[in-house]
Amino acid sequence: MKIVGKGIGKIDGMAIATGKPVYTDDLVMPNALVIKLLRSPHAFAKIITIDTTKAEQVPGVACVLTYKDVPNVRFTVAGQSYPEPSPYDRLILEQIVRYVGDEVAVIAAVDERTALKAMKLIKVAYEVYEPVLDFETAKGHTSVVHTETDLHCNFDIGMKQQLNVVSSQYLEMGNVEEELKKCAVVVEDINYMQAQAHCMMETYRAFSYLDHAGRLVVVSSTQIPFHVRRKLARSLEIPSSKVRVIKPRIGGGFGGKQTVVMEFFTALVTLKTGKPAKLIYDREETFSCSNSRHAMRLTVRVGADSDGYIRAIDIQGLSDTGAYGEHASTVFMVVGQKTLPLYNKTNAVRFMGDVVYTNKMPGGAFRGYGATQGTFGLEAAINKLADKLNMDPTELRLKNLIKAGESSLISQGKLLGSSSLHRCIEKGKELIGWAEKYPKPVVNGNKVRAVGMAVTMQGSGIANIDTASAEVRLSDDGNYTLLIGSTDMGTGSDTILAQMAAEILETDMGKIIVNASDTDVSPYDPGSYASSTTYVTGMAVVKAAEELKQKIIEKGAAFLEVLATEVEFDGKVIRTLTGEKELSLEKLAERMVLGLGKLQLVGNGTYGSPVSPPPYVAGFAEVEVDTDTGKVSLIDYVAVVDCGTVINPNLARIQVEGGIVQGIGLALYEEVRFGKKGNLHTNSFMQYKIPCRKDIGRIHVAFEECFEPTGPFGAKSVGEVVANTPAPAIVHAVYNAVGVRINRLPITPEKVFLGLQDKK
Amino acid sequence: MFTLLDLVQPSTIDEAYQILMAKRNNTVLGGCAFLRLGSSRIGTGIELSNLSLQYIKEQEEYIEIGAMTTFRELETSPVLAQYFTGILPKAVSNIIGVQFRNVVTVGASVFSRYGFSDLITALLALDTEVELYKGGRMPLAEFLLRKYEKDLLTRIFIKKEGRIASYQHMRNSASDFPLVNVAVSCFGDQWRIVAGATPARAKIADKASLLLGRGGAIEDVVDVATQEIIFGSNARGTAEYRKAMSKVLIKRGIQEVLQWK
Amino acid sequence: MEIKVILNHKPVTLVGEKDEFLADILRNHGRLSIRKGCNTACCGLCTVWLDGKPTLSCNILGIRAAGKEITTIEGIAQEAEEFAQVLVAEGAEQCGFCSPGFIMTVVAMKKELENPNEADIIHYLTGNLCRCTGYMGQLRAVKTYLGVK
Repeated sequence: MKIVGKGIGKIDGMAIATGKPVYTDDLVMPNALVIKLLRSPHAFAKIITIDTTKAEQVPGVACVLTYKDVPNVRFTVAGQSYPEPSPYDRLILEQIVRYVGDEVAVIAAVDERTALKAMKLIKVAYEVYEPVLDFETAKGHTSVVHTETDLHCNFDIGMKQQLNVVSSQYLEMGNVEEELKKCAVVVEDINYMQAQAHCMMETYRAFSYLDHAGRLVVVSSTQIPFHVRRKLARSLEIPSSKVRVIKPRIGGGFGGKQTVVMEFFTALVTLKTGKPAKLIYDREETFSCSNSRHAMRLTVRVGADSDGYIRAIDIQGLSDTGAYGEHASTVFMVVGQKTLPLYNKTNAVRFMGDVVYTNKMPGGAFRGYGATQGTFGLEAAINKLADKLNMDPTELRLKNLIKAGESSLISQGKLLGSSSLHRCIEKGKELIGWAEKYPKPVVNGNKVRAVGMAVTMQGSGIANIDTASAEVRLSDDGNYTLLIGSTDMGTGSDTILAQMAAEILETDMGKIIVNASDTDVSPYDPGSYASSTTYVTGMAVVKAAEELKQKIIEKGAAFLEVLATEVEFDGKVIRTLTGEKELSLEKLAERMVLGLGKLQLVGNGTYGSPVSPPPYVAGFAEVEVDTDTGKVSLIDYVAVVDCGTVINPNLARIQVEGGIVQGIGLALYEEVRFGKKGNLHTNSFMQYKIPCRKDIGRIHVAFEECFEPTGPFGAKSVGEVVANTPAPAIVHAVYNAVGVRINRLPITPEKVFLGLQDKK
Repeated sequence: MFTLLDLVQPSTIDEAYQILMAKRNNTVLGGCAFLRLGSSRIGTGIELSNLSLQYIKEQEEYIEIGAMTTFRELETSPVLAQYFTGILPKAVSNIIGVQFRNVVTVGASVFSRYGFSDLITALLALDTEVELYKGGRMPLAEFLLRKYEKDLLTRIFIKKEGRIASYQHMRNSASDFPLVNVAVSCFGDQWRIVAGATPARAKIADKASLLLGRGGAIEDVVDVATQEIIFGSNARGTAEYRKAMSKVLIKRGIQEVLQWK
Repeated sequence: MEIKVILNHKPVTLVGEKDEFLADILRNHGRLSIRKGCNTACCGLCTVWLDGKPTLSCNILGIRAAGKEITTIEGIAQEAEEFAQVLVAEGAEQCGFCSPGFIMTVVAMKKELENPNEADIIHYLTGNLCRCTGYMGQLRAVKTYLGVK
């Protein structure tokens, strides 16, 4: 292959690296109103009175809006295909506020200073309720977070509204309790993962205006333009034909922007005032008033027979979805879906549990989307099992993990299309020096070094749901326009999709113009989430490019007055096999749009897959623990990745490195702390520590390619799977070093120190 | 985010002081890093850039540092690298980043007497004096114990007496606030053990320092030190952990100083 | 309030309120490469040079810049492009939002440090946070750019 498989630089790389004004806040018109939001200081309260008269009178204030000014139509903010598996439990502004930071009033003014001044003049009287702050006591709590009678679920997700349960799930194959009884060895482990914050560098922001046709245009730093359009139409009660959503360059998302966080407010203001309006969340709002990873408790039991075959897995989860239920049931479902297929020598598996409402900021989509939490819980138990079986943890994996062509209890008979996970483990062992470093830790005074490992899987798109379309158009000048709706948030998806098209059309990258993503123009795409862009949108691009290529050949042959089977196309020229006659692509393009051809050539592709082929990662960590202080330093991290065919090695490598560092943050540094009244303390980079350059050791990334038959050029996905292994691998390494098993993330020096004290 | 009604850049220290004292909410603007985190309503902000207070001078007996000297200047100063086994550059080098250290000033940090300060702990282990416009010149230790009084900190003086000093700290993420910090110094047989970010501001462990100077065993010294210092709990750590870590850090500090002696 | 500065080698009059910081003043003036990533002076995205030294423009009151030289990425266009090319070839700019501040710091480092080793580089760049890349690709690019092994 000439272009796919090459580390081609991103088509927007130079512009974004050198600070060109291509992001949302760079594009907004200078006279746009500035919006500020008044937020609830209480975790759970009802607005009894709200008086905005003084605020409205401040010169320069365009409008001050409260719950009285919005339609009474409930919706979900989840970026999911319709019908969404998330409860319609939101109003744009509501009389009940359900977490500290929940929106109370929208103030639009000529500038920020004026808006803030007006905000101070709004008088609100609240009736404060007792908040539900602990997710372990939320179910059946006397305070019910959602009492509204018009809460709507598109279909049954197991909601028990009065009990604060958003989704109750139960999936069992075989009889887990019976099977566990038969096992020679059973271990149980209980683990907690925190509500990790995305910390994308570009905070949430959007602006909107009315265009020349009176339509509402919203420019937003979003991953989901089509879902945004649908939800704005519903919540504002306007026809969706009147809404256009445009996504410019955006500064990261990681799933946070797979939720319609704040576009409602700019849209509302523009509709009310007729004026352009912008809203930029600052870092504090981004931390505390958007969404985070779902905090979860995982109680996992695994049982093995005396030969070391894992015969039963039971995962019981409790998930904290916060004040609103977007992504609640789906993230939870993924906990089981992307863990149970891994070990397929089982006779029984079960995934069950509840997702509960609490009066905290909602959980949402975050890279891994439940697989991160599930992997953490399961791999911790599997490592504990290896210990009890006196078996090398890598041997236990190699013996029990699913291979290509096999199936698992929850796969519904579908066979695994591709996997190189076994090779990944072997390679990873080599790279980290597993044979020399496991099981004996290396002790050097108060410094102890040891290794740990974990494996994980994810998906590539959502089977039978994610469907994307793509269009490739041959323009009059012989160039191609690739129209896609997927949303490059820095990952480089625009570039790799162009690579695919260029490969098929046998042309170079310079001839492909990528246009993405604008709901007026782009073919439908759910957006970039669920690791769907390379796989689902990629296949749509492949189909579209192949269709166009075929049309070029047919039309070219027709002009050359031969049959399509009698020509070949090398990307530049359509030539008869005999070599006598030829027609250049430029000439063909020119003719097709004019009288001679009368048909501009376009290739279309729509793809949705009945399977979600899993990418895999084998992760290995080497840590050094200071036994005097409990401090854990990361010396080395090895990740060997199976993402099928690697479309762009440079970009894929960075995805892995980036995901690993997020996983390292989750494991060692990113602590989430709430105050007694439900206010988030860790709401700044000063308090919430994402890893800085000195916090990571060496990171080695390797790929073990394999060919996924259903994927473009054999590719699967890589975007999410990479975040899942560091936490369990590091916990394992710390245990192997000093015998302290940390069950609650992040691993802090004090926790390790206390563990060491307890052992004495 | 603070608001300002007026902002002045006086050209004499006296002028600066007069304006500062003229109204209750007149405030000196140092690096503004922490001021910016609050929401003070400042009357007149007093900007000291024109007072020529940005310098590190080696005098005959002292090293003199002006209040507007930045942390980065401390970090890269060839003078400070030479003295006190480079404790001052080491103490500030972990704070957030180079850009941040190009903004934060010595005067503002010392005057504000932050508990989490790495600089104050290190300075307290040396023979340091501060000069206040009204309060005059006094030892840093004395300044730290005083009741708060509005004043202008103009210079700090550190005696060049060949002190060997070690800086130790405990942080989870490398660019985080310290969970606890320690400085240990020795001049002749005069030892000084300082603990800061306890989470309270830095304090000299006098008894322990004396005991060490008289040849006390390190284990005993460490016990005495962590009994005379009061430790507290906060988000970053419990009092018990801070106490335990201080023992480790004091021990390491003493050992490092002994190595250099 | 008017503030006279030298911006990217040219004398310029900036306009701002007394309590306005340089980052906002510069963005209002059209220097859209300045980004604000946080409220607490921790991320480094807003890095500009003040008299040649890398500083956080979010934390410098406009008035403090009066009479001084401010350099943004537009003022070091050639060096920025050179380094950006290395970054892009490495695949190491992802969302790009941290890039301008990062490049300002890298070029400042090139000027300030002589023969830095890997540890020196990591130390100098610690104040520039990145959430996308995991830092490794950026380090590879910097080492290539500086010719460090």
